[in-house]
Amino acid sequence: MQRNLLLGVEAIGQAAVDAGISGVYAYPGTPSTEITEYIQNNKTAIERGIHREWSANEKTALEEALGVSYAGKRSMACMKHVGLNVAADVFMNAAITGINGGLVITVADDPSQHSSQNEQDSRFYGKFAMIPVFEPSNQQEAYDMTYEAFEFSEKTKLPVMMRITTRLAHSRAGVVQKQLQPENQLKLPENLMQFMLLPAYGRKYYQNLLDKQGWLTELSEESKYNHFSEGTDKSLGVVTCGIAHNYLLENYKDGHCPYPVVKISQYPVPDKWLKKLENECDELLVMEEGYPLVEEMLKDFFGKGKKVCGRLSGALPRRGELNPDHVAKALGKEKPAPYEIPDSLANRPPSLCAGCGHQDTYFALNEVIAEIGNGRVFSDIGCYTLGALPPYNTINTCVDMGASITMAKGASDAGLLPVFAVIGDSTFTHSGITGLLDCVVENTNVNIIIVDNEAVAMTGGQDSSAKGRIEKICEGIGVSPDHIRLFVPLKKNHDEIVKIIKEEMEYNGVSVIIGRRECIQKIARTKKLNKAKKSE
Amino acid sequence: MKTDIILAGVGGQGILSIAATLGAAALNENYHLKQAETHGMSQRGGAVVSHLRISDKPIFSDLIPMGEADIILSVEPLESLRYLPYLSKEGTLVTNITEFRNIPDYPGLQKTFEELSGKINIIRIDADKIAREIGNPKASNMVMLGAASPFIDIHEEIIVEGIRTIFKQKGEKIVELNCKAFEAGRNFTVR
Repeated sequence: MQRNLLLGVEAIGQAAVDAGISGVYAYPGTPSTEITEYIQNNKTAIERGIHREWSANEKTALEEALGVSYAGKRSMACMKHVGLNVAADVFMNAAITGINGGLVITVADDPSQHSSQNEQDSRFYGKFAMIPVFEPSNQQEAYDMTYEAFEFSEKTKLPVMMRITTRLAHSRAGVVQKQLQPENQLKLPENLMQFMLLPAYGRKYYQNLLDKQGWLTELSEESKYNHFSEGTDKSLGVVTCGIAHNYLLENYKDGHCPYPVVKISQYPVPDKWLKKLENECDELLVMEEGYPLVEEMLKDFFGKGKKVCGRLSGALPRRGELNPDHVAKALGKEKPAPYEIPDSLANRPPSLCAGCGHQDTYFALNEVIAEIGNGRVFSDIGCYTLGALPPYNTINTCVDMGASITMAKGASDAGLLPVFAVIGDSTFTHSGITGLLDCVVENTNVNIIIVDNEAVAMTGGQDSSAKGRIEKICEGIGVSPDHIRLFVPLKKNHDEIVKIIKEEMEYNGVSVIIGRRECIQKIARTKKLNKAKKSE
Repeated sequence: MKTDIILAGVGGQGILSIAATLGAAALNENYHLKQAETHGMSQRGGAVVSHLRISDKPIFSDLIPMGEADIILSVEPLESLRYLPYLSKEGTLVTNITEFRNIPDYPGLQKTFEELSGKINIIRIDADKIAREIGNPKASNMVMLGAASPFIDIHEEIIVEGIRTIFKQKGEKIVELNCKAFEAGRNFTVR
């Protein structure tokens, strides 16, 4: 059978198309971005006219996907782990309403924080919402489980969470595809009040969700992605979740582990297999990517029962992604010491590209900071967050999408004046607008610098929903047009930029200063693309 | 058959074209392959690494265990040292000598390489110069792949076939230049 080399994220994108989705809804975020990008460029998706534009943020994305489900069609929403925080409201409540057309919510976690503020484990959200969670262990399973997740969603009438982590998202392997399915026909929910969560309805639907839990466990026990494999050495029983399974097998020749193993790729956890393992083995070792969710469930609180080891016990590191070496150590395997890294090695952190406009904005802002003192620049999430590092050292905060404006407002309310917020164009439309409205309502003394590079740059230059709209949005919300200022972040404009910032700093109210110059990476990519189109 | 390769470089240097070429070659041979990449923040001029595993048997881990890489293939000399703990005691380090200096404290490397060359099989090649000489400065990555190819358990012709597959879209001229770059790199190592 033909295998295609696909990244884990691409396998999920392909599977969703093959399963007959009518729409993918997402906001870019590493390591989830390429799922949507893959569908955007997929031939079938283009021919079918599957919805594949970016949404303003993860909340709007999931709500839109839920709307597709309401209309009876299949849809997928994709986000990174912290994106699910943004979408948490609709996520929790979609578990109560249930679905009409199959709905899959793919969440990509980032243990080791390769590109993220934290390494929260989305399986907890799945458990919190009490919906099925699929956690594939390899690229083929990522394809197969996504392909089947839509049908599973329709069978259980619940959204299904597809949980992956960075390693699987961004690793390639051969994947065999299944047959392309037709899209669902438009079909209203049988109960037109299914999505009506007035408390009287909500209570009933919540009870329905609770009633389904036993059935979901049974389905997990029957799932071909969860299994019990026998072992000859019962001194230890191993539980593996998702890709941790591979790290276990890597440590044994041809993958023949001597211990009994429960592999978990579908939640709620398969009780039957875990009980069998506990019954047969002297102690348990739980390997999971992310937080110790399963270990915590199995751990013996009063210490009267079986010993359970894992990330909590210290057998595996508490933080960061797993690897075959961590697992080898937990299994007590001795390996010869590897070569050491030479002392002379220097770190090479990421940095703003040569010629990036953010540099010019930061050098100008630094001149102002030199006069007013450090500690007054609240910032946000994007390439410009690199302004925290030398040689800029300009910004002081990066917490969550949009928090620059709102934290600056709070600091201003507290009397820290003057105060600045630095936010990107796409972050502004993602979660900055409501914060700006708060500032306008109270005419707070804040200076908001929107560093507009006309792209979602850090994730690869996707189109920003802010493009061509920022001034109108600010004016529409009520920012005085006199205090919406524009500059072009170029070295030659340094003095002018400093002057604008200083003038607005003097104004006791809401100032929005927009520095606009397209991302140089995006310009280069567009050029390349146009060249390729020409040569076709 | 099993070859585990650590591909190293700086974000933007295009180490993934090497991975894609070997991926196409492995697929043609019906080998199993896993290849873990670095996406996201580090692609902005930071250190990037790719774990590339090719085998005739199923591969479990996407990551190569420490001490088990057959080759470290680095398109930048400082980056070739960062992943040394992954190299097997029988492994080979193949590195470009052209430095990519985008950090203020870039260390002198001559002494380090001299010390290591007593312990490790090291191939150091000026891939940028060779690529320029054959008339395609952009093909230095294929020079690097050529230099590492004698240590890869895939026949030379199959890798060249991989190059053809990957660069096909860019036209016959680009394909030939990259094949030539590969041969020049290979000759450097085997001569």
